[in-house]
Amino acid sequence: MVSNPAEANIVLSEVEFDVVGKRPIRPDGVDKVTGRAQYGADINLAGLLHGKVLRSPHAHARIKSIDTSKAEAHPGVRAVVTAKDLPFSSLSKDELGSDYMRLKFASNHVLAGDKVLFKGHPLAAVSANNPHVAEEAINLISVEYELLPPVLDVLDAMKDDAPLLHDDLHTASLGETSEKPSNVAAHLIYETGDTEKGFAAADVVVEREFRTAAVHQGYIEPHNGTAFWNVDGQLSVWTSTQGAFAVRSSVSDVLRLPVSKVKVTPMEIGGGFGGKITAYLDAIAALLSKKSGAPVKLVMSRTDVFEASGPAPATWMKVKVGATKDGKFTAVQANLAFEAGAYPGSPVMQGMLCAFGCYDVANGFLEGYDVVVNKPKTAAYRAPGSPQATFAVESVVDEVADQLGIDPIEIRLLNAAKEGTRRIEGPIANRIGLVECLEAARNHPHYKSSMGSGNRGRGVACGYWMNRSFPSSVSMTVNYDGIVSLIMGSVDIGGTRASIAQQAAETLGIAYEEIKPTVVDTDSIGYTFITGGSRTCFATGWAAIEAAEEVKSLMVARAARIWDTPEDNVEYASGVIQHKSDPELRMTFKELSRQLATTGGAITGSSNVEPTGEGNGYAVHLVDVETDLETGKTSIVRFTAIQDAGKAVHPSYVEGQMQGGAVQGIGWALNEEYFFNDKGQMMNSSFLDYRMPTSLDLPMIDTVIVEVANPGHPYGVRGVGEAAIVPPMAAIANAIKGSAGVRMNSLPMTPGKVLDAISGEGK
Amino acid sequence: MPGVTHVQTTINGEEVNFLCEPRQSLLECLRDVVGMTGTKEGCNDGNCGACTIIFDGRIVDSCLVLGVEAQGKDMTTIEGLATPEGLHPLQQSFLEQAALQCGICTPGFIVAAKALLDAEPDVDEARVRHWLAGNLCRCTGYDKIVRAVLDASQKMK
Amino acid sequence: MEWIDFATPKTISEAVEMLASKGDRARAMAGGTDVLVQLRGGRRSADLVVDVKGIPELNVLSYSAQDGLTLGAAVPCFRIYQHKAVIDNYPGLIDSASLIGGIQIQGRASIGGNLCNASPSGDSIPAIIALSAVANIAGPKGTRQVPAEDFCTGPGRSVLENGEILVSITIPVPLAHSGANYLRFIPRNEMDIAVAGVGSSVVLDASGQNIVSARIALASVAPTPVFSKAAGDSLAGKAVSDAAIQEASEKAMADAKPIDDMRGTVRQRVHLVGVLTRRTLNNAIQRARGG
Repeated sequence: MVSNPAEANIVLSEVEFDVVGKRPIRPDGVDKVTGRAQYGADINLAGLLHGKVLRSPHAHARIKSIDTSKAEAHPGVRAVVTAKDLPFSSLSKDELGSDYMRLKFASNHVLAGDKVLFKGHPLAAVSANNPHVAEEAINLISVEYELLPPVLDVLDAMKDDAPLLHDDLHTASLGETSEKPSNVAAHLIYETGDTEKGFAAADVVVEREFRTAAVHQGYIEPHNGTAFWNVDGQLSVWTSTQGAFAVRSSVSDVLRLPVSKVKVTPMEIGGGFGGKITAYLDAIAALLSKKSGAPVKLVMSRTDVFEASGPAPATWMKVKVGATKDGKFTAVQANLAFEAGAYPGSPVMQGMLCAFGCYDVANGFLEGYDVVVNKPKTAAYRAPGSPQATFAVESVVDEVADQLGIDPIEIRLLNAAKEGTRRIEGPIANRIGLVECLEAARNHPHYKSSMGSGNRGRGVACGYWMNRSFPSSVSMTVNYDGIVSLIMGSVDIGGTRASIAQQAAETLGIAYEEIKPTVVDTDSIGYTFITGGSRTCFATGWAAIEAAEEVKSLMVARAARIWDTPEDNVEYASGVIQHKSDPELRMTFKELSRQLATTGGAITGSSNVEPTGEGNGYAVHLVDVETDLETGKTSIVRFTAIQDAGKAVHPSYVEGQMQGGAVQGIGWALNEEYFFNDKGQMMNSSFLDYRMPTSLDLPMIDTVIVEVANPGHPYGVRGVGEAAIVPPMAAIANAIKGSAGVRMNSLPMTPGKVLDAISGEGK
Repeated sequence: MPGVTHVQTTINGEEVNFLCEPRQSLLECLRDVVGMTGTKEGCNDGNCGACTIIFDGRIVDSCLVLGVEAQGKDMTTIEGLATPEGLHPLQQSFLEQAALQCGICTPGFIVAAKALLDAEPDVDEARVRHWLAGNLCRCTGYDKIVRAVLDASQKMK
Repeated sequence: MEWIDFATPKTISEAVEMLASKGDRARAMAGGTDVLVQLRGGRRSADLVVDVKGIPELNVLSYSAQDGLTLGAAVPCFRIYQHKAVIDNYPGLIDSASLIGGIQIQGRASIGGNLCNASPSGDSIPAIIALSAVANIAGPKGTRQVPAEDFCTGPGRSVLENGEILVSITIPVPLAHSGANYLRFIPRNEMDIAVAGVGSSVVLDASGQNIVSARIALASVAPTPVFSKAAGDSLAGKAVSDAAIQEASEKAMADAKPIDDMRGTVRQRVHLVGVLTRRTLNNAIQRARGG
């Protein structure tokens, strides 16, 4: 059993289960602590070649020519590919019709077509017999560029005279498409009520502008992809990914293959946080494999990961909150402009939907801009859009509370979203646990304790993430010894083999140790959406529960046959199959399993679900900080993370999500940022200067799991992976107000910027 | 025509012979030449600790040691901790304390912690955090890792 | 990485010959924690890497009351901070040795290598300057000594000429009533390159109330580490006081000529030099008084 470090850290739990809620050892644990687990870069295949990618040194340029002849002639090189090897290069606009733009962007992102749009943009790739030879060959490819002025800031990109990244990208604005091309891909508005009247009725109105820098998910494992394109046309891919089916979709799309020809095997994954959904290397590996006639492995360097995977966007935001003198919000407004990177698709919409997700307001206005710039295309990072928007909103809410002399938790309780709250964009909230989290914060010893001596401050913030569902598929076979093979397509990033097995065991009424979970490839299970969106424990859990219900009914049918009685004379309860009228006729699950071989063979249950009823996620963070006023350096003194999990299936892994999200937020708050020079080149693309927290930078992260059961799940499960990263930056900013006496309006709140704020210098 | 070097070294108590080019790091030799993939690459420039091994009695980043420098030396990797009898107490503690989520940093942390506890059986939280500052974890926030190391130190006494 | 040949000389003259014959196509390497990163990143290029760890003189770590500390150029940091004589006599040196990188880096990296790498932000260099260290060099023309404050000539450049290697660093016996301290400012608590760093040493009189002499050196605020002679000299003969320390810190700030870069701004770095000078002087004085 996993030990429970803090006995009293789960509150409001209403229901006890036998397996759900316990802390068993994860089934893949032994392999991971002994180094046996096979991650993407660990794979070795007969005849394996190594690939390297040539990447643009320029943020914005036209490609005039690529000469690969010297690379092709280099000893040890087997193949060289460019965008010409991708099907898009030989398809016409007419052939593709309305799919043209989408495929153009997807294809050019894999290997640049006529332009490079960010430093690190792939242009060509080489396969060779060892990675050093491949690197030598890359350096022999000569490219002629015509440099173009880079667009490097969201507000600059929106100006009428800004250089355009795409001369065929138009603004989709409120149902219309703009005539002129633009760097603004989308303009969105959501509103409710009458904000003009609402602000007029307020006693206090606070309006502030904010900026946040781009940050990276920071997973320790670089991207990888290994492909073998066999002579029979079957393509096999092994990769570290959050979703094997997502890789299958994108690879088959860009290579114009039927999905049946592509088999993706998900290897173990060394962290994703949303950044390992896009397949950067797999299609390139496939092209190289086809040309080489051998399997090819590609692994990103750490520099490539920073410069050419998908960071979270830099943002500009303006937030306005109006309140009565008693603290009731009368109107709220948020204007957001997010940098999408080189291609459209920033999470500005999610930022809008989450900005005021913690609050019940009658009058609200949300506006968002999705803007392309010459930086790597952004990807999801744990509750994408919400951490940035929440930094802005929760800072303003804190300032409103400050001006009114109201306690920061009290003002949030006064305005908290509850069951029945209508969000600005329309949906009505189900049973949610924000109020319970705020009350847990107010009652926590941390909130009641003295901060101790020194220049210290205390901050509170709350945060929201909607949580997702999407399809999952599970198959479950009863073996003749009573062990149940549980087959799923959900990649296990943080303990879901355990939590899904727990839900299966609970439903079947058998022990956790009798479930044997396996994660399989795309040929072996039905379509399963990514591990992300805080959906896996919820939706794949649902699938396991339904598959288990099918197993139960098949076990009942089998017992009925054995006992020669109608099925409705047999019942299944707590892992025991019982004849309803004859108490002598009873078998445990294991006993019945032993009879399966001679009574018709194995039993398999399966399920393909897309459940509705995913519960929204809420978190409240409390933090004490100390600032050295001579250097501006802020240290975390004490941190408490509180979150509604609905029902924590495996409390240790729920705590782990809360702690991990909190610490990513601490890095985001204090030190992490993409530092670009004026040519659009990232200057700090290493773990030396992209500064993530180390163990020496942190205290223990205390957690409180609140359990307000989600009515939309049989065990009350609510996703927890993402809400955990939403509040920390605002909580820390609010604490710095106390420790340094300044309100910081941009992230990160580095020592230099805090020093400047304290001395009143600079911006 | 450049040639390869024959390296004779000791890994986890066993003599191992391999061929490598001088430019190949010890990390690369372990993973790609000898086939021991338990030691991981995170950054290849000594800033994340995922490639930590015990080399010549000290923890080092194996990405910053050349394969040829292993000649005549001895090293311990993650593969050398468990025995046929069972897991090392650190490995057991990491499982019990749920001190891993994705697990990619775990071999580096366990090897680094082993070196600490072998040299200093009595450690406190501050010492553990200081010793492990060269190992990055992005999933756990370090809380459960530190608890696991302290827990193992009790077991190992 | 580009192809390299690798050599393991056993004597100084072997190493000197290899380096002299290949000129700047050869690089000496001790711990490798800078050299390998630079070769991989294309910031430096070499055909031959000369591993100097096999040369006995470069591994010496010894102390005598006559000669002071002899620190071989290849001695890794962990040997330095575990050595009893260093712990007893040179806590200011341990300050640096224990904060370069993390424990893994300290298992390989050497102060000799840190000096030869000649980075403006090298964390050991202000400390050894403050301790009046001398670099012992051997080359084709024989041996020579260079004070630590004169060793670095530009970012990544030193006085080492073709074929020369750093053999060791000599630090004099600490005078009675002396103390030293090195502090740097970094945004995290470990693993970072210094935004600014200051190494200070003081010699007090027997009463501990007056400063006989002081040496102050700075990191990360110029193309090379800076020996701020004016700052140290301003304390000579003065009573220990906040005002004297403040004046020294202002003179140190005046000697700081940093640039704006992604790790820090000019204003921030100059300000930090002031803060760190005051803090290191106070710590050095406390150590000098036996604290």
